[in-house]
Parts: sequence; structure tokens; C-alpha cells
Amino acid sequence: MEKKKNIFAALFGEGVRNRTFSFIIVIAAYIILESMRRSGSLSSLFTGLLVPICCYVIAAIGLNLNVGISGELNLGQAGFMSIGAFTGISVSGCLASSLTNPTLRLIVSILVAMLVAVIFGLIIGVPVLKLQGDYLAIVTLAFGQIIMSLVTNMYLGFDENGFQFSFVENRTKLAKGGKMLLSGPMGANGTDRISTFTVGAVMIVLALLVVYNIMYSKSGRAIMAARDNRIAAESVGINIARTKMLAFVISAAMAGAAGALYGLNYKTLVPAKFDFNTSILILVFVVLGGLGNMTGTIIATVVLVLLPELLRPIADYRMLTYAIILILTMIITNNPVVRKFFGGLKLRRDTAGREA
Amino acid sequence: MGFLSYLISGLGLGSVYAIIALGYTMVYGIAKMLNFAHGDVIMIGAYVSFFALNSFGLSLPVTILLAVTVCTALGIVIEKLAYKPLRQASSLAVLITAIGVSYFLQNGAQLLWSSSTKVFPSVFGNGSITIGSLSVSILTIITIMTCIVVMVALTLFINKTKTGRAMRACSEDKGASTLMGINVNSIISITFAIGSGLAAIASLLLCAAYPSVFPTLGSMPGIKAFTAAVFGGIGSIPGAFLGGLLLGIIEIFAKAYISTQLSDAIVFAVLIVVLLIKPTGLLGAKQNEKV
Repeated sequence: MEKKKNIFAALFGEGVRNRTFSFIIVIAAYIILESMRRSGSLSSLFTGLLVPICCYVIAAIGLNLNVGISGELNLGQAGFMSIGAFTGISVSGCLASSLTNPTLRLIVSILVAMLVAVIFGLIIGVPVLKLQGDYLAIVTLAFGQIIMSLVTNMYLGFDENGFQFSFVENRTKLAKGGKMLLSGPMGANGTDRISTFTVGAVMIVLALLVVYNIMYSKSGRAIMAARDNRIAAESVGINIARTKMLAFVISAAMAGAAGALYGLNYKTLVPAKFDFNTSILILVFVVLGGLGNMTGTIIATVVLVLLPELLRPIADYRMLTYAIILILTMIITNNPVVRKFFGGLKLRRDTAGREA
Repeated sequence: MGFLSYLISGLGLGSVYAIIALGYTMVYGIAKMLNFAHGDVIMIGAYVSFFALNSFGLSLPVTILLAVTVCTALGIVIEKLAYKPLRQASSLAVLITAIGVSYFLQNGAQLLWSSSTKVFPSVFGNGSITIGSLSVSILTIITIMTCIVVMVALTLFINKTKTGRAMRACSEDKGASTLMGINVNSIISITFAIGSGLAAIASLLLCAAYPSVFPTLGSMPGIKAFTAAVFGGIGSIPGAFLGGLLLGIIEIFAKAYISTQLSDAIVFAVLIVVLLIKPTGLLGAKQNEKV
């Protein structure tokens, strides 16, 4: 009896309830959707949306770590997704003959994509340590634009003699049997569609595990302390630069992984897909889901990806309706009366942690 | 085309950015929010001018007046309906609302006027003035002159009038301004009105230079002008002016001397370098940390 109570406390006690809840939601949703998909009772439209939803959820969880927990506004998450997507596609493309198991190839591609995203995260993270607030936001926006612009001008080919790379103009001359991995503004074509919903769901669970482990550990508390009061945190010996960098790089890694999963889900992918609007879209998921609230982020992502599809019956007006719903949601959830009413749900005010 | 002529066309492009950036920077200075819908107000201004010139055959001065009136009214309505209820909310909530407004305007325009590109009529002609070997188009001269006039008028307004003084007070401290008898809400409305009116002027100059009108027309100039505002130090009016001009010059030089395709990347890279050296922009107020 005693032991059973402990397990219950470990799973549903104060402080862990939300975490357990989010894992249960993800796993239950996976089991239901996967069995529906296998029995063929899911429409082709929704089957096609399963993997993209997983990608957006992972990228949004990563961004929430950055914006919600670390308190730094990032407007360039799509840039990291772009890096991940085209790295993943390239890796998968050149491993196509040597690694025939698609799931294994997918995992390898995602891991390499994460690694590359981490490297870029470290490079881009340097200004993150120097700037604050809106200036940081504009730098992440700028990096997102730069990455998109660079990927749009990259040509990468692969044949028996190895890789051929050129910039701005396509100067690759491939031998017979060679394959273009990236072709400038046209992006990647003829990608093997090896992404699966199962891998996506596993990645969401892993992302949640990582984020919760950070949030409820010493580094997580340091990150949140740095967000809430930079000076006080510094005075108790927290290395602000290191903690902010940690959140930023993990967020980048998740976006990279999400991007690889996304890229390997489509036959063709253009670099323009990961533009400023995509960064904003992910930020909207995070803010609507609640800063620092991972369960909320997952729900908001699923709802907002499905919403335009559900609004299809009103065809022309769907994006207009989407915009109105977005504005109304923000106004209603920030209304003082509504806030007071939902006070028990611990809606947090201005968790962005901007210093006055 | 030599160095000087690139410089002048850079100044022309930069003038348009500067006028748009003024809208961003004024709203930021007073309402402390990034108004992402500003670019779409430009788009609405472009459509209004297009229909005024093309369908109703109005003269240029009437068109300008009409576009400015419509955009000013739009700016005030947006502020009252979407941003005012969020005065106490977090800056991120306001940012998302601004994005919602931006989607709304873009999709509304697409529904009303379809997504196909419309060709903007030539308003200032194709004439140019030649001085020695240097040839400058009339449009560029008009654009630069407009920018200077706007800048001088705005500086006088901010520094010499009672409303301008109230605006400066609000940007310093809203609470204290209220105690001094300033109606903060109406000052914010006036700021949005001025910013949106300037957006209408910018839309005409922009469409005269790049004569195509489509629903997402405002996005890229919006992002660039926002960058310009940050470049100069957001919240600072001379900063927006300087940032806009520099951004335009850098963009034209990057296109001319390095690569057309990579010009955007170069512009943003320069921005990052500047912010690394001067973290609050060229003319931005130094942020003092309170301990």
C-alpha cells in the first residue's frame, strides 16, 4: 500500500502532475492515431498531417525552452529547421545506397542534422550572449533571413567521385548516376520519404524528457533565475552566458531534428518554406500554448495546424477566420476579468522576463 | 553606372525605408511594441492609391490625400480594436496580436482584390536629370526630397508642439505623463495615426519605384524597415532616418558590387555586426541596468 502511494506521488504528485499529463497525452494520441491510421479510418488529409504536426510540436517545444524558460525572444527558429531539413535530406540522399534500412537512415540523418544545427546554434549564440530584448529578437530574425538566403543559393551534388558544391551559380558537373542534393531556389527534389509518425512521436517524447529534465534541474533553475532577474542571478554566481547558451543551443538542436523529420517527409522541399512566417508560426504556437507550458504548446500546435484544415468548408475565408481567432484569443486570454476567473490555472503574466 | 550613381539610388531606396522605419520607431518609442502589421498598412495604402489612380482616375495630390486618410484611419482603428485591450498584457501577447492583424490584412486584401499582381501606373514619369555624366531619375529626387521634408516636419512636430512634447513625455514615463494630465491613450492613437500616414506616403514611393501591387507587398519592405529602425536604435527618430538611409545604401552597394542574390544576406549580416559593436543600435539610448 505504502509503495503504491509512492508511485502515485511520483507520477501525479504536486509539480510532476503536468509532466506526467503531457507524456500521457502524447502517448495516448499516438496509440489512437496510429491504430486509426493502420485501420484506414483516418482521412488521407489527416494522415498527411501527422508527421508535419510532430515536426512543429518538436520545434515549438524547443522554442518554448528558449522563449518561455530562458526568456529570450527568438524570431529565427525556422532558420534552424531549414539547416536541419537540408542537412537531413543531404545525409539521407548520400546514404541511400549504403544504408538501406529507412528507419536507421532516418535516425542517422536526424542525428547529423541535430549536430549541424548545434554547431550553428553555437555560432549564432555568441550575439545572444551580448544582446537583450528586442535587439536580440532582430538578430535572430536576421540570422533566419541569412540562412534562408544562403540555402537558396547553395548547390550540392553527389556522385561516385564525392561531393560537388557551388554557390550562387550551379557549377556542379555530376558524373552519370550522380544526384543533385540541393539545387538552389528549387531546394531538394526526389527525396526518399522515410519519415514516419512513429519516429515523430518518439522524438516528441524525447524532446519532452530533455526539456523537463532541464527545467527541473539545477541548470533549469539557473536559466529561469537568469530570466527573472539577471543581476540577482549573476550575483549568486550563475554564469548567465552559459545558461542562456545552453537553452539556445538545445532549442536549435530540437529545431534541427524537427527540420530533418520535416524535410524527409516530402519529395520536394524549397528553402523558401522556412521563411520568417514559419518562425512566426512556431512562435504563435508557443505563446498561445503558454510560455513555459509544454502541454499547452503541444495542444496549441495541434489545434493551430489543424485549424486551417478544419476551416476548409469556408474555403476563401479560412485564413481570415484564422487571423480573427488569433487576435480574439490573445485579447480574451489577456483580459483582466478572464485572467482573474482562471487565476487557479496559474496563468502567468509577462513571463517573457523583459527587464524594465 | 558609377559609385556616385549607386550612392544616389541607395539614398532613394533608403529614403523609403526611413519613412517606413519612422512608423516602427515612433510606435515602439511610445507604445513599446513591435507593430508587425505596419508593413501591411503600406500594402493597403498601395491598393488605395492603385484604385484611386487607375479606377477612379483621380489626380496625384487627391490620391496622396486619400491614401494618407485611409491609412491613418486604419492605423487608429487597428490600435483601438486590437492593441488597446492589450495595454496591460505582456509584450509577446501584443506581438502575436500584431501578427494576427498582419494575417488579417493580407488575407482580407487577397479576398477583396485577389492575389494576382496589379501593375501600378507610372506617376512621376520616367524623366531624369543629367549632370555631367551622372543621371538621376526624377523619382529618386522626389523620394529623397519627400524623406527630407517628412524628417524636418516630424522633428519640428516632436520638438516644438505641445502634442510632440506629450509624445516625448509618454515615451519616457507613461505613469508620470498621466499624472501631468496627458491623455496617454490619445497620444498612442496619434502616434499610430502619424505612423500609418507615413506608411501611405511610403507606399506611393515604393510603388512608383517597383510598380506591382499584391497582398504580401508590405512584408519585405516591412522587415527591412524594421531592421533599419533597430539599426539606428529603435525608439530614436533620427536613428530611424539614419538607419533607413544606411540600409538602402548598403543594399544597393551589395547588389552592385557583390551579388544580387546575396544582397539580403549581406544587409542582415551588416546589421548583426553593427549590433555586436553597438548593442542598442547607432543612435539608440544606452540601456542602463538598475541594480
